[in-house]
Amino acid sequence: MKLIIAYFRPEQLNAVKQALYAKGVHSMSATNIAGSGRQKGYTETYRGVMIEVNLLKKVRLEVAVKDEKVTETMDAISAGAQTGKEGDGMIFVLDIADARRIRTGETGEMVFG
Amino acid sequence: MKRRWTLSTKALTVVGLAALVALVLPSAGFAQDEAPEFLSQQNGNVMWTLIAAILVMFMQAGFAMVETGLTRAKNAGNILMKNMFDFSAGSVAFFLVGFALMFGDDIGGFVGFSNFGLSEANTADADGLWGYTFWFFQCVFAATAVTIVSGAIAERTKFVSYLFLSFLVTAVVYPISGHWIWGGGWLSQLETPMIDFAGSTVVHSVGGWIAMAGALVLGPRIGKYTKDGVARAIPGHNLPLVALGVFILWFGWFGFNPGSTTAANGNIGLIAVTTNLAAAMAALAAMCTAWLRYGKPDVSMSLNGVLAGLVAITAGCANVSPMGALIIGFGAGILVVLSIEFLDKVLKIDDPVGAISVHGVCGAFGTLCVGLFASPDFGGTAGLFYGGGLSQLITQIIGVGAVFVWSFGAGLVLFALLKITVGIRVTAEEELKGLDLTEHGSEAYSGFQIFITE
Repeated sequence: MKLIIAYFRPEQLNAVKQALYAKGVHSMSATNIAGSGRQKGYTETYRGVMIEVNLLKKVRLEVAVKDEKVTETMDAISAGAQTGKEGDGMIFVLDIADARRIRTGETGEMVFG
Repeated sequence: MKRRWTLSTKALTVVGLAALVALVLPSAGFAQDEAPEFLSQQNGNVMWTLIAAILVMFMQAGFAMVETGLTRAKNAGNILMKNMFDFSAGSVAFFLVGFALMFGDDIGGFVGFSNFGLSEANTADADGLWGYTFWFFQCVFAATAVTIVSGAIAERTKFVSYLFLSFLVTAVVYPISGHWIWGGGWLSQLETPMIDFAGSTVVHSVGGWIAMAGALVLGPRIGKYTKDGVARAIPGHNLPLVALGVFILWFGWFGFNPGSTTAANGNIGLIAVTTNLAAAMAALAAMCTAWLRYGKPDVSMSLNGVLAGLVAITAGCANVSPMGALIIGFGAGILVVLSIEFLDKVLKIDDPVGAISVHGVCGAFGTLCVGLFASPDFGGTAGLFYGGGLSQLITQIIGVGAVFVWSFGAGLVLFALLKITVGIRVTAEEELKGLDLTEHGSEAYSGFQIFITE
């Protein structure tokens, strides 16, 4: 069991979701975050005054999958999130020690049904 | 007890003093031997027309709030800019060119051509001054027509192309069809002249049909339709703003319709009654229609219903009975819901705020209704249901059709021209990021977290 955490552009969320659905991955959580990486920030102007924005709005998507689905899921996220410009984001994969479905009490890999 | 007693003595003293003053004053007036001054009819007309025009100007705020609320947070600043600059650009264009084409000396029933830049208005006498009052009243109407367009083409249009459009619509498109009906053109020269008292067709349909041309040429927003062509909902981000906007528009409409007398006469109260009844009935009808069709009384559809009733009664507000107004409102309320669904699901024209249905379709409906419901007891003209025969209805049909062909056609040409010159649509990337950041470089809701669920 792995937890896949991906950070990418908010406007790509729909494309990522569609790519994941196509691979049969329907369970996910998304949060709005602000972050910085290699992509430089941008400048806004407000009433003629420059505002430097260096923590950029990104989406953090968490998906837990069985080991054999990890590569497929990462590929789907990349396919949906990639624009080819700096700031496309990162994907991290973590081990999950244990899991439990609250409704049924199933544990371990059983939670993925 | 004591305290109350003192209060009433004070009150008695005040009343006593007032009575004394009332007794003394008239004799003081006679002593000066002057005739009492009344507001002249002409000054009364100026006052009422100007107050009405100011109310109509405030409708710009209503449109801005409705359109902002019914679109997404990432485009809020862009919609606000469009609403501000169609009024600004429209005022200038209507002053320099539009008013002359609409109300200038008639050329062949098609267009007016004189009084550019108000060259014929003057400050010499009351008639010359009236030119300024009348221009301002007409200017806010012209701006209303063009601001309708911004809602239907929201969330995907280049700001610069919208600026050009605002100039061109208020300078040329709106004034020409306006001249046909209000400026002495061919529709007002027919044997049975067209009745469009406050502009269901002149203002609202023109705006609605140009909006439809724009939405067609632009195409739908990204994500509005699935690959199979099924319509998806893109919910607006702020219903309280929509409701505020609708109430502002409803309020402003008491200038729009009663003000179209451009005279302070006894008719204005009646027009306020028909206007209000149609709006109220349309709200009820739209809400019930939505309730029956979707199982719940939909908020934004109900709000659209109010506007549908207001648009529909605008043509006949001085010519129908209050009961007629209820029927027109009832029809408009049902029609607007069905029309929004038809455009969205069948024609697949993406109109985020329902402007085409509210202003185009219900404007045409209301104008046709004058041919049916015009009552001789109210405006002196009899429609079909009051024994007046078909002649008025036929004129109304000709007018609605001619204005549709003109405004929709001109809209298609304008949007096509803008498409090959400055371009009308932002890039997909800009559209996804939102026009606030990409077109204006600043957010409408800085410091708020806008949750993305798409």
